[in-house]
Amino acid sequence: MNAPAPVMAAPKMAARNVDVFYGDKQALFDVELDIPTNRVTALIGPSGCGKSTFLRCLNRMNDVVDICRVRGSITLDGEDIYASSLDVVQLRARVGMVFQKPNPFPKSIYDNVAYGPRIHGLAGDKQTLDGIVEDSLQKAGLWEEAKDRLAQPGTGLSGGQQQRLCIARANPVNPEVVLMDEPCSALDPIATARIEELIDELSANYTIVIVTHSMQQAARVSNYTAFFHLGKLVERDETATIFTSPSDQRTQDYITGRFG
Amino acid sequence: MTDTAQPLPNASTMSQQSSRIAKRYAAERRFRLYGQLAIGLALGFLVLLLGSIMVKGLPAFFQTEVELEIHFDPQVIDPTGAREQQTLSSANYNALVRQSLTARFPDVTGRRDKRKLYGIVSSGAPFDLREMVLADPSLIGQTRTVWLPASDDVDQFEKGNITAGDGGRISDQEAEWVRSLRDDGVLTGHFNTRFFSSGDSREPELAGVWGAAAGSFFTLLVCLLLAFPVAVMSAIYLEEFAKKNRWAELIEVNINNLAAVPSIVFGLLGLALFLNVFGLPRSAPLVGGMVLALMTLPTIIIAARAALRAVPPSIREAALGMGASQMQVVTHHVLPLAMPGILTGTIIGMAQALGETAPLLMIGMVAFIVDIPGGVTDAATVLPVQIYLWADSPERAFVERTSAAILVLLGFLILMNLIAVLLRKRFERRW
Repeated sequence: MNAPAPVMAAPKMAARNVDVFYGDKQALFDVELDIPTNRVTALIGPSGCGKSTFLRCLNRMNDVVDICRVRGSITLDGEDIYASSLDVVQLRARVGMVFQKPNPFPKSIYDNVAYGPRIHGLAGDKQTLDGIVEDSLQKAGLWEEAKDRLAQPGTGLSGGQQQRLCIARANPVNPEVVLMDEPCSALDPIATARIEELIDELSANYTIVIVTHSMQQAARVSNYTAFFHLGKLVERDETATIFTSPSDQRTQDYITGRFG
Repeated sequence: MTDTAQPLPNASTMSQQSSRIAKRYAAERRFRLYGQLAIGLALGFLVLLLGSIMVKGLPAFFQTEVELEIHFDPQVIDPTGAREQQTLSSANYNALVRQSLTARFPDVTGRRDKRKLYGIVSSGAPFDLREMVLADPSLIGQTRTVWLPASDDVDQFEKGNITAGDGGRISDQEAEWVRSLRDDGVLTGHFNTRFFSSGDSREPELAGVWGAAAGSFFTLLVCLLLAFPVAVMSAIYLEEFAKKNRWAELIEVNINNLAAVPSIVFGLLGLALFLNVFGLPRSAPLVGGMVLALMTLPTIIIAARAALRAVPPSIREAALGMGASQMQVVTHHVLPLAMPGILTGTIIGMAQALGETAPLLMIGMVAFIVDIPGGVTDAATVLPVQIYLWADSPERAFVERTSAAILVLLGFLILMNLIAVLLRKRFERRW
């Protein structure tokens, strides 16, 4: 891992005083977190600690949940993403997402990747689109496996291939940030390794936020790690620091496997 | 059960266990048997029902006809020879039939006997002759052998449903004539095309289901065009866009209640609103379709909502995460995946509407209508109402026609269900 300066001049995304409520229940308490540009930030913590909730605040996927309320401010390049003037659809094009369970559309592999360019009007003609699809599948390391079966349904791929297809699918929209919600939890170790490699490659161009349950994975892929516990952000630092000399006792307990 | 303190089950617990296992197997066998019995019972009733309808209804697909030598006498049809449409259509074709019958049975004299003789042939026969002449005026002056429908009483006598004599509808003398015609090979059963091509009639041998089938078609067309878009849009809005709050709950409860409202209430509503307030035509498929649409709406909405809910949320999240708008999520992903379910629900609702009678009685679709409706504002009736009307008719020949009409209705229902299955197969996508 390359070691960047601990304090970034201008973080890609910044959360300030973020409280999230599901109905009467508060899920996040006063979270303050900077997401540095073109780095991988891992969110770790025991189940139900609010890390996925926080992730979903970053592209406003929580809007879909009726009872969910978000307070505080989250900015993308200094712009409040919860401002009423901001178009949530454009936000989600800038902040892409890969989910825990691979969820390709029940369409062909080609159509899966071409969907983003199509709805955002990024490809005028078939040739451009073909190029975009190939390029995206290349970047996701799926081209060799998929080039002969582009017309076959994406759901016919293996789990790991499906997840890479989902990453490839997010790619042509040119998101600035990619959110990954436990992208490897449904995959075997080999598929996981491929995804991790991919994350490493992608971090050159994208800001990546990844939620993971695997401490090793956080240690392997991330530059920064944030530890959540009971809805609070306990500690956030460079990954190496968190895993070697955490400043909080709870972090220490969690990463050494004493709870969670 | 077994004592946990004991390290190994001893002999007595072993036998206890095997007896428990035997009991469990017996219980399972019994349970399966109950299920098989239930299915057997249901199938038995179905077979009984269909069987009795078929046995009663199938003869109606055949109609006894009489072959007569008809001399298209110019003196009777067109004495002046001008061949005017008016003259040709108002000519006394009945006289041709009578001439022919008198020629066939020259020894029948006396007014009463002659009238009985003429009664062998349906009173609709002259209209057949008129059709022939109008279609081809060169027939006038020629002699042709023509198959004409026998009267319903002769038809029923031939089918063995009524017996001759004893002051019945067929006298011994008439029976004698019929036998003589049959022995000459000029009185026999033919496939009843009229049943499938004509409208209702007071004469059973002339009555057909086509008018009612056309009425059903127009009614269902109106119903589908109104109910499908409204129901699908409501379902999409409620499932995909509306916030889940008290209002949504209230609407949901009311839709479910609406599905349970007796259909005749919708008929009353149609009568009060569509006919009396809006002044729409009575007995018209337009109004029938509107009333049935009201009745079908909740069925389709409930089915469509279930189908939309069955689309995995991960698909919605995936599309939203790609920056698709809510509408794009629905039209590109959710709706195509929910379509098989929605279509199935729609066809079930349509099948329900096809079989509905009560609300249509209220808006006057129960009238006696001979003409085949040509549009949604023409007076019409529908298949189930036709069945109801015929079941009410005193003529013996309407009994088998009632069953035959039920067979036709069942045929349509089976066809619709078949379409539902095919559509589901066609649109089904796995994920």
